[in-house]
Amino acid sequence: MTTTEQATGTPPIAEGRAHTALVTPQSDAAALHGVKRRVSLLDRPYALAGPLILVMAIFFVGPLILTIIVSFWEYTQYSIEPAMVVTNYVDVFDRCIARLPTLCVTFATYLSTLKFCFIVWAITLILGFTLAWFIVFEVKKTSTQIALFLLCTIPFWTSNVIRMMAWIPLLGRNGLVNQTLMSMGLISEPQEWLLYSDFAVILAFIHLYTMFMMVPIVNSMMRIDREILEAARDAGASIWTIAMSVVAPLCRPGIVIGSIFVITIVMGDYITVGVMGGQQIASVGKTIQVQMQYLQFPIAAANAVVLLGAVLMIIFAMTKLVDVRREL
Amino acid sequence: MTDRPSRPGGLNRRKFLYGTAAATTVAASTKLFAPAVQAQEAPTLRYLGTAVNQSAEIAAKVKEDLGITIEYIPVTTDEVTRRVVTQPNTFDLVDIEYMSLKNVVPTGNLKGMDTSKITQADNITTLFTEGTIDGQPVGDQGTAPKKVIWLPGEEATDFATEPTGFMSLIPTVYNADTLGIRPDLIGRPIESWAELLNPEFKGKASILNIPSIGIMDAALVVEALGEHQYADKGNMTRDEIDLTIETLIEAKRAGQFRALWQDFNESVNLMASGEVVIQSMWSPAVTAVRTQGIECKYQPLKEGYRAWAAGFGLPATIDGRQQDAAYEFINWFLSGWAGAFLNRQGYYSAVLGTAKENMEAYEWAYWMEGAAAEQDIMSPSGQLLAKAGEVRDGGSYQDRLGAISCWNAVMDENVYMVRKWNEFVAS
Repeated sequence: MTTTEQATGTPPIAEGRAHTALVTPQSDAAALHGVKRRVSLLDRPYALAGPLILVMAIFFVGPLILTIIVSFWEYTQYSIEPAMVVTNYVDVFDRCIARLPTLCVTFATYLSTLKFCFIVWAITLILGFTLAWFIVFEVKKTSTQIALFLLCTIPFWTSNVIRMMAWIPLLGRNGLVNQTLMSMGLISEPQEWLLYSDFAVILAFIHLYTMFMMVPIVNSMMRIDREILEAARDAGASIWTIAMSVVAPLCRPGIVIGSIFVITIVMGDYITVGVMGGQQIASVGKTIQVQMQYLQFPIAAANAVVLLGAVLMIIFAMTKLVDVRREL
Repeated sequence: MTDRPSRPGGLNRRKFLYGTAAATTVAASTKLFAPAVQAQEAPTLRYLGTAVNQSAEIAAKVKEDLGITIEYIPVTTDEVTRRVVTQPNTFDLVDIEYMSLKNVVPTGNLKGMDTSKITQADNITTLFTEGTIDGQPVGDQGTAPKKVIWLPGEEATDFATEPTGFMSLIPTVYNADTLGIRPDLIGRPIESWAELLNPEFKGKASILNIPSIGIMDAALVVEALGEHQYADKGNMTRDEIDLTIETLIEAKRAGQFRALWQDFNESVNLMASGEVVIQSMWSPAVTAVRTQGIECKYQPLKEGYRAWAAGFGLPATIDGRQQDAAYEFINWFLSGWAGAFLNRQGYYSAVLGTAKENMEAYEWAYWMEGAAAEQDIMSPSGQLLAKAGEVRDGGSYQDRLGAISCWNAVMDENVYMVRKWNEFVAS
């Protein structure tokens, strides 16, 4: 019963009926028989979700099903034949069990990707949480909060490729960092691990994706009642205890959503790993890209399905920790 | 994908876009306003290829000479092949590499080209038709053009072993690739492919991360190291692939490579910034480093070059006026102006005689005869490429192309090779 409804003078129930009538003929008929409320409540959500369902079906579910189908096809260098074979999956896990404890390509690639995932997740979480804390609790004026928040979005005005490229002249052998350190006499030789290394990849990931962690956490933190914090402080809790026992649990939905963002992006990324790792570090996305280039669509599809499975498993585990839907 | 991602002189992006836009606009407006007289109007050819090969200068000159409008469809090298295989009705003319033919011809999507309609057919360099230069055979490992240039007929799904009247592609441009080095940072002569894995350059070497080409550079290194002699570097057995990749993995684990590169610009940046002092490189990339005022040499090596070649093909569905226009355009392309344009960028043209007529004597002497430049050598767009007195790296046409060791190729074991290459990247 919003002010708008009152202002227009339409009784809410009548308006509800008008909507229903527009949506489906059945509900219209039902409305005539005087059972309008129940039918409209049942019908409306699905009708409203209709367009989205349609878009998702065409652009997400459809291609996904096709990918799964193609992953069972056969291929040669110049043709793709419909079939129902599991060779592509066997190839993906080629000698993975037999060669243990030596890691096969797929295991090694996933291990490396998971390592990045974990490190980047941990660091973006700490950074995101701290930054969110600062903006929400330390900055008192709303206008300053908004200004700082907007400041964080400025890097997004350029593409993420450019944002990561910007590190190269900084970190290179003759880059700014090495030159500065050498002129300060801190090092005598240029440090090569700064660029084209795990370090460079992680640095770029953190630079690119901390925002994705921070925003949902800010959103959660904003909803925390300040009086709870005051109560905790009055009860003698240290700032650390407040953060860990009061704020963090209340921010759980934000943390989980941010984590899902960061982990899914890092799992599928191959551009950052390629550029910052000097193409020397494997990623699942890169493997798929190479196979696509050589027209090996079925095995690329199989790889994509395996990746999807891995990501879904991680997300499933995370949603077990928190019922995101309920907490929202 | 070989060394044409940018032309040395450089048609810049704006000019290119402008040209394409203009061509498209003209094409669109003529269709829009004169549908009834379409039969009489000057034809438009949809030209599928990589952006770097599609110069606005050539399109403008064709328009001027023949009235044919060229509508460029610029895509990446891999996309060219993919498009010919999957959407053969979306172009009238394709500019594609010979090495891709093994993937494309079996689909039947290309039409054999009738050489009797090509005026300069007999003057196409023997490097393509017979695999010889001045009667001397050149290296034919890999997908040498002579192996895939002849088709048994107009509709063909396999290759003919000897000359017929039908060509799979009419050659346009080709070159021989080698290692690029920074002589100022190395300070000693480099003569062998083996130097790429020399521990002296630990952390300062790079190889390209395009499996089908990278593995051949690696094979040249393995041979130079004396580890193995391949029967055909362009068509390895599984054991040979294992051996080659093993060598690469060992080097990578020892920290030999600073980075791998995949894209032309990456190779330029690696070299120009000094991150890398020796790497697989493409000739226009060397030029790009030099135009930044940084010393860079396209080093001839005693084991020879890895060559590549591209040509024009027609889709199987083309006929009538469109086909006539395509032949007319190709004949124009071989008639000299375009050949000179390519030669001035450091590539080689298919019909040398006509190109020579379109070049100044001093230009021909520098680019093709290995002579010292009598005066400054300019790119078609007017950039300085070499000062008077300089000699082209690798010397004359005969010296460079006569020393070809192998050609870019698609192996029979391509699927296995790609899998092993991914292993190298993951190691």
